[in-house]
Amino acid sequence: MGFWITQSLNSLALGGLLFTLSAGFSLIFGLMRIANLSHGAYFMLGAYIGLTLLRTGMNFWLAMLLAGAAMAIFGALIERFVLRRLAGRTLSQVLATLGIAFMIADACLWIWSGDPMPLPGPASLEGAVPVLGARFPLYRLAVIAVAAVIYAGLLLVVERTRIGAMIRAGVDDLDMARAVGIPVKTLFTAVFALGAGLAGVGGVIAGPILSVYPGLDADMLPLALVVVILGGVGSLTGAAIGSVVIGFIYTFGQALLPDLAYVILFLPMVLVLVARPRGLFGRVTT
Amino acid sequence: MVTRLFSLVVSAAATAALLLPPEVAAQGEPIRVGFLTVKSGALAAGGRQMEEGITLFLKQRNNTLAGRKVELFVADTAGQPAVTKSKAQELVERDKVQVIIGPLAAFEALAIDDFIRQVKVPIISPSAAAEDLTQRKPNPWFVRAVGTSAQASHPLADYAAKTLGYKRIATIGDDFAFGHETVAGFQRAFEDAGGKIVQKLWSPLNVADYGTYISQLKGDVDAVFVSFAGANGPRFLKQYRAYGVKTPILANMTAVDEGVLKNMGDEALGVISSGWYSAATDNPANKAFVEAVNKAYSADPGYYTVGAYASGLMLERALEAVHGRIEDKDAFMKALRSAVIDNDPRGTIRLDEYGNPVMNVYIRKVERRGGKLVNAVVKTYPNVSQFWTYDPKQFLASPVYSRDYPPAKNLE
Repeated sequence: MGFWITQSLNSLALGGLLFTLSAGFSLIFGLMRIANLSHGAYFMLGAYIGLTLLRTGMNFWLAMLLAGAAMAIFGALIERFVLRRLAGRTLSQVLATLGIAFMIADACLWIWSGDPMPLPGPASLEGAVPVLGARFPLYRLAVIAVAAVIYAGLLLVVERTRIGAMIRAGVDDLDMARAVGIPVKTLFTAVFALGAGLAGVGGVIAGPILSVYPGLDADMLPLALVVVILGGVGSLTGAAIGSVVIGFIYTFGQALLPDLAYVILFLPMVLVLVARPRGLFGRVTT
Repeated sequence: MVTRLFSLVVSAAATAALLLPPEVAAQGEPIRVGFLTVKSGALAAGGRQMEEGITLFLKQRNNTLAGRKVELFVADTAGQPAVTKSKAQELVERDKVQVIIGPLAAFEALAIDDFIRQVKVPIISPSAAAEDLTQRKPNPWFVRAVGTSAQASHPLADYAAKTLGYKRIATIGDDFAFGHETVAGFQRAFEDAGGKIVQKLWSPLNVADYGTYISQLKGDVDAVFVSFAGANGPRFLKQYRAYGVKTPILANMTAVDEGVLKNMGDEALGVISSGWYSAATDNPANKAFVEAVNKAYSADPGYYTVGAYASGLMLERALEAVHGRIEDKDAFMKALRSAVIDNDPRGTIRLDEYGNPVMNVYIRKVERRGGKLVNAVVKTYPNVSQFWTYDPKQFLASPVYSRDYPPAKNLE
């Protein structure tokens, strides 16, 4: 019994991490039609910025927000000065994001050295607590809660605000959105900034669990892809469900069939691609 | 016709070159040393420490070994076997290096193994620990300054069974050759000493989350033996403590290496590990070494730094034995294989007949001294061979250590 409870909580915590990583990826993919291959790099850069802020003695949550803000500004600049120049050429844009990913990885190596570094979590959340008879780290419970809050906040923005309506319109039919006068260019910048910011926040949240190290970007990017393909591009609920499903598959796959962990992880993605190319909750066909 | 003429000219030139005694060609020229390291990608931290080790060594020697100037050619392999191969070719063919120190990872060393046999360039390994490089598939041009993967595992298992009195141990390690070999060696020596390995877990090298594995570890074991490289040791230990698990940890050398220990916190305290080096080793050569590294790089030396530095010492000893005449390859290789290095920070080092060091293995415990985490030495196993106490012939007759060898018979 303890096994199932602990592993389920593990799955949820991993799902929470994956959601902060892939929500932005999904929105960018849905609206701009590009797989942002620098998303893992934003995640890592956010974690490094968070680490630097934490070393000044800053509060953990404040550091998380500031790292997110920094990454949002960074994302806006990338969209405005790199991607917009390649507007309409999806392949060039994807390649540009790949190049940016490499540049960020090298810059991080140069600035923060290659040493793996742990990110200290909030002191108040250290240690493990009993949950239904099993012991579970308090911080991971907090990750689940924070991810839920982020999901609710994003859902509110996308479903209830004017800019959210514009995003939904753009995801559904970009040409029509343009035709009815939605400022698509500005929207692109805003969504890319939001996505990069979320990745930055996710990097800091994941830091106390994953640490920061060169290669974190490449470790995370495929997971974002899997989540978004499974859940469906451009859908927040899809990203949320996809994250939780992948969290469960990954965790239980490794626990029950350790030799097949990767098969189990990627097989659902392949099946979904074959049977339902738009993903479980997708609004657009990729 | 043209090609025939060309080959005639080439062979004539080659003959002329052969007729010249090597000393004439070489007198006064610097010795050309190639250095394969990793400066980009996930292994860059270790690569940087390796480069620091060799740079410090050459600086201390004023770039002169056995009376001859030394020129160092550093190449970045990015930790990718294909790149390692082309860089090794570049070093040999373009830079005309006479000896190579490197590369970092075992899979890189394996990637250039054939090439080294072909071009017959002596190579000293400052890091790559794959067992068979000095066991079942020894390369006549290859010697190692560090040990094999399992060389420090055997004594730790002995210590766990005999000194700590542990009976039941669970293991978890990186799911790649280095992890397999370290765990296999530990299992063999521990079970031969009467203990039982009751659980074996393998986590992918790039696993996102250790939570799954930590919650699976059996609670009724005396200790958990872990084998991790790079960033995985610190990541695992941090999560291990977050789960509030109290079972003692035994670790391989790299999991709590000085290179990563400097960024770790209380989660590392009390971890008992084994290795052929600790920055806290108490001998004059090491004290001078640690002081010099701290002065130059503001950090304690660890696995990679000492590996590269010791490769330099080994090179120096061999060059002295042949009076600097590295051009006489066979004599130089022989000198390299028979070198006894008594000024190594790890203690006296000599090579066995397979080109692998016989050296002290230290049992180390992570303690906080003066605000800094150190690997305090709690016991020294002197002159440990890669074969431990086993007979080399029998050892080599059985398969190489792997995920499934020796088979685990006591799993529950």
